[in-house]
Amino acid sequence: MDISVNRESLEAMRVFDLATTPLRELNSALHAIAPGTNDTNFEVVNPRGSHAVAVGIDQPVTVDVRGSVGYYCAGMNDGGTVTVHGSAGPGVAENMMSGTVVIEGDASQYAGATGRGGLLVIKGNAASRCGISMKGIDIVVHGSIGHMSAFMGQSGHLVVLGDAGDALGDSLYEAKLFVRGTVKSLGADCIEKEMRSEHREKLAELLERAGVTDVSPTEFKRYGSARKLYNFNIDNAEAY
Amino acid sequence: MSYHNPYTPPRKSATFDDYTLAEIRRAAATGIYDIRGAGTKRKVPHFDDLLFLGASISRYPLEGYREKCDTTVVLGSRFAKRPITLKTPITIAGMSFGALSGNAKEALGRGATIAGTSTTTGDGGMTDEERGHSQTLVYQYLPSRYGMNPKDLRRADAIEVVVGQGAKPGGGGMLLGQKISDRVANMRNLPKGIDQRSACRHPDWTGPDDLEIKILELREITDWEKPIYVKVGGARPYYDTALAVKAGADVVVLDGMQGGTAATQDVFIENVGMPTLACIRPAVQALQDLGMHRKVQLIISGGVRSGADVAKALALGADAVAIGTAALVAIGDNDPHWEEEYQKLGTTAGAYDDWHEGKDPAGITTQDPELMKRLDPIAAGRRLANYLKVMTLEAQTIARACGKNHLHNLEPEDLVALTLEASAMAQVPLAGTSWIPGKGGF
Repeated sequence: MDISVNRESLEAMRVFDLATTPLRELNSALHAIAPGTNDTNFEVVNPRGSHAVAVGIDQPVTVDVRGSVGYYCAGMNDGGTVTVHGSAGPGVAENMMSGTVVIEGDASQYAGATGRGGLLVIKGNAASRCGISMKGIDIVVHGSIGHMSAFMGQSGHLVVLGDAGDALGDSLYEAKLFVRGTVKSLGADCIEKEMRSEHREKLAELLERAGVTDVSPTEFKRYGSARKLYNFNIDNAEAY
Repeated sequence: MSYHNPYTPPRKSATFDDYTLAEIRRAAATGIYDIRGAGTKRKVPHFDDLLFLGASISRYPLEGYREKCDTTVVLGSRFAKRPITLKTPITIAGMSFGALSGNAKEALGRGATIAGTSTTTGDGGMTDEERGHSQTLVYQYLPSRYGMNPKDLRRADAIEVVVGQGAKPGGGGMLLGQKISDRVANMRNLPKGIDQRSACRHPDWTGPDDLEIKILELREITDWEKPIYVKVGGARPYYDTALAVKAGADVVVLDGMQGGTAATQDVFIENVGMPTLACIRPAVQALQDLGMHRKVQLIISGGVRSGADVAKALALGADAVAIGTAALVAIGDNDPHWEEEYQKLGTTAGAYDDWHEGKDPAGITTQDPELMKRLDPIAAGRRLANYLKVMTLEAQTIARACGKNHLHNLEPEDLVALTLEASAMAQVPLAGTSWIPGKGGF
């Protein structure tokens, strides 16, 4: 990739070439950002599947990653805007607190795992366990998602424009799931629920934030917890 | 001649003993397995089955109170920029706010701080109280990730990635509805009053290769400052230790089956995992085989009660120990002072283990505001500090008698075993012999 264009605007954009610069320098620079500084635009080139790229951001910085990343990109992001111009490995935006993470390509397993806030947009497909144990994050997947997605999801929203794999929402708590395409199967204690006006409004807002303009909330079905497993009953044991 | 059948007393089955019969009836009546707190109650080979030899003509002792026996321990010296230094190798094990009351967590922090050691969060996140009252606080990174956030990661002194615990290797957490108060529910992002069953596997990694990357991520988030521990239950200590080292751990925490839990199935506690005594030597062997003994520190927990237990664990190769149940007892758990109330709960002081029900008369394993008030965190913290200091002094007493000027200089050669089982597990000779089962060809 030719990064000369970016270097011309070096004053506004700090460029980290991971082919020649250790990962530590990138994350260290991101953590050294002082609150209120103007020096908030970062570009990462040659990520070449590196793990833990742009993790632990705690300021409203913007990071553009030119290429594909490995595990845990933007892990625990708190306020940053991270865009991966490629695909992401497992656990992208895991435990995100706030901010926005956009994956232009596909995402591997556990995308948005345990996320507490912020918005994760995956423009391609996401693999299994997307949104596992989600705790408040909003996830919008333009494509389809794999099996066991939103497993034990506690809160937040998972929006899927394509299809969902097996066992969607297994052992779900209060996370809300919206799927436009087919659902191969629902997990234990996950049921289809009525789509009321407040859900359509929320969905419209999420689609807008995710840059989806050509899809109507009316095309989706809503899934949530039947809440039958909230307190143990021996007669429900076969659900497991 | 008439024959009189002589009286024979009724004979109860050893297999179907009174407790077993009662358990069958209880299961049949309730339709649920027994859930309880604490660790295994069965008798297993333990530190009691080992003795120190002390000094003799070939070894000379150090003077008590005059010649120094150092007890400091440094944890996290492998990779962390800021390893932690403790005055005593006795740490406080992870116990959650939620399982324990806020006052109990505060007491643990206070006691550990006075004694110069660390305390540990649990499956529920870090509270301001425990951070404020703990000079050195280890932050657990658990499968549930309840309360996990980068700010608390950064204000911790060390991070402990929990893979398993001795009471339930392979099992997740359990906190039943009675203890999910508003505050606990909020910290865990859960509805109030539901039964909360934490996952047993981490949501975003599987296996040692993933763990290595997860540890890298945690180090990057915290700028390589914090020691990273990996905690495992006593299942396959040789391989678990080796894999934790391979994954990049600074410290391995190994918890035997006597280690407690806030709540899990009794069948799990009593039938899964190995005794602490059986875990230590394989773990130490793994470290030695990798050339990492004393470079990656080993913390042993599960049934540590006295300075003698500490000294024995260290002599077998551990760098430090952790206490959980014993610390709770020190701050007031199962105290006979509350006997009348234990009786009302159908139990007795010393046997109370229904910690999941939230009715603890001592105000420790509860979220009930009235019961919680019974525990004065300052006085309880002082008791814990006293206990930690006594244990440290006891361990020093033994170490001096063995001629050691640091607890870490204790060695397996200072020990003998009273039983064949303990001899085989601890790999020290049966007392009065030079025989270690499994060594020397038979």
